Amino acid sequence: MTETQVMDAGDVRRALTRIAHEIVERNKGAAGIALVGVVRRGEPLAARLAGLIERIEGHSVACGGLDIALYRDDYAVRRHEARASSISFDITGKTVILVDDVLFTGRSVRSAIDALMDFGRPAAVQLAVLIDRGHRELPIRADFVGKNLPTQRTERINVKLAELDGEDAVAIAKGDEK
Amino acid sequence: MNLAGRDLLGLEGLEKEAIETILDNATTFSEVLRRDVKKVPTLRGKSVITMFFENSTRTRSSFEAAGKYMSADVINISGSASSASKGESLRDTFLTLQALTADLVIMRTPFSGACHQAAEWVDIPVVNAGDGMHEHPTQGLLDALTIRDAKGSIEGLKVAIVGDVLHSRVARSNIWGLNTLGADVHLVGPKTLLPTDADKLPVTVHTNLEEGLENADVVMVLRLQLERMAKALFPTPREYCNLFGVSKKALRAAKPDAIVMHPGPMNRGLEISGDVPDLPSAVIEKQVTNGVATRMAVLYLLLGAEG
Repeated sequence: MTETQVMDAGDVRRALTRIAHEIVERNKGAAGIALVGVVRRGEPLAARLAGLIERIEGHSVACGGLDIALYRDDYAVRRHEARASSISFDITGKTVILVDDVLFTGRSVRSAIDALMDFGRPAAVQLAVLIDRGHRELPIRADFVGKNLPTQRTERINVKLAELDGEDAVAIAKGDEK
Repeated sequence: MNLAGRDLLGLEGLEKEAIETILDNATTFSEVLRRDVKKVPTLRGKSVITMFFENSTRTRSSFEAAGKYMSADVINISGSASSASKGESLRDTFLTLQALTADLVIMRTPFSGACHQAAEWVDIPVVNAGDGMHEHPTQGLLDALTIRDAKGSIEGLKVAIVGDVLHSRVARSNIWGLNTLGADVHLVGPKTLLPTDADKLPVTVHTNLEEGLENADVVMVLRLQLERMAKALFPTPREYCNLFGVSKKALRAAKPDAIVMHPGPMNRGLEISGDVPDLPSAVIEKQVTNGVATRMAVLYLLLGAEG
């Protein structure tokens, strides 16, 4: 399998910095917003965005992690390991920025929205992703995108993050679709 | 570890990895139980039938809650309300349940081994919710989870199981499950209430309460199952209480941070003194809550497809 790196640590840092600024600009500040990262790689990305927004706005924003395994629509086909969610704040009335590493078919995001609604009724949900690789199967669109990366369905996007993998990098790999 | 499609009939012989997979998933489901909306859509479209030929409050409602919290359709059938009371054989009853497109059957029966037999008749997973004096695996699992929550790990802990071990399916499941997880299991009770095959079990036996509780990390009190005793196995309840009732005084022999467990229902003032269940070290209610999380994990894992 051949792998081509498309983002290095600097690219990831710049993309997240830009997204943080866009979130603040679009929401006219950070009051009333909360970040929720989709477990696993969305969670550290949300934490980083929360840190960046805090630096821009001068106050902290709520941040948590959301596991979507129990909400997947492909449970009968592919079993997913369930992990606990960690949302220690009330999302009702907040503008929740859902954060994930890769936006692909849109099914994960749909599951994440379902899961989020079980925690409360947010005023709005916006979606931030590091990579949008296309091939949507549902009418879902990201509000904030780090990098648009046109791909073939058979290709894989490998996102590495320092918190989980020891380094920041995004690579595209040729191979059979999993 | 993939448990999809398997039965859960007992903890005897169940692999350590399988037990740990269930406990790890139960920990995840504990988080769901702390939410305002205690419901996830995971098992939507799956149907689960509970078949109880014996009375039960917590086990049955715990399985029902677990199934409903996972969005499965749960159908409860009691033995007396089923066609078994019209003379239908257990085999035909189970084949009917399978033909009703049930995805999993949970069964409680007064007959040891009946769940194993039923599992051979049907292709869908069968979960033993207590069979006679044999096993009660989900109780053993929820007890293991409660101990792990309180102590961090089960390996090397001294667990004293006190009371009517002879009639206790809970004790049998705990003996096997906790032994597999590395605990040092001790049985404590009058000789008449200890299993006759205790020497074949991975346990140490005591007929003296203080000796059995010495340095215990966990004190698990069992209910005196008077309904299963055909004849008197101890002289009087008062004598039993004096010699084997777990009181604050008796607990002094255990470690200062020992936890007290009871699978319920309790006979306060008989096998356990009235004030012990209210001690901070008692985790009896936690056992009940963990029971729901554990059963959610069992349903989740057994009903999962290959993958």
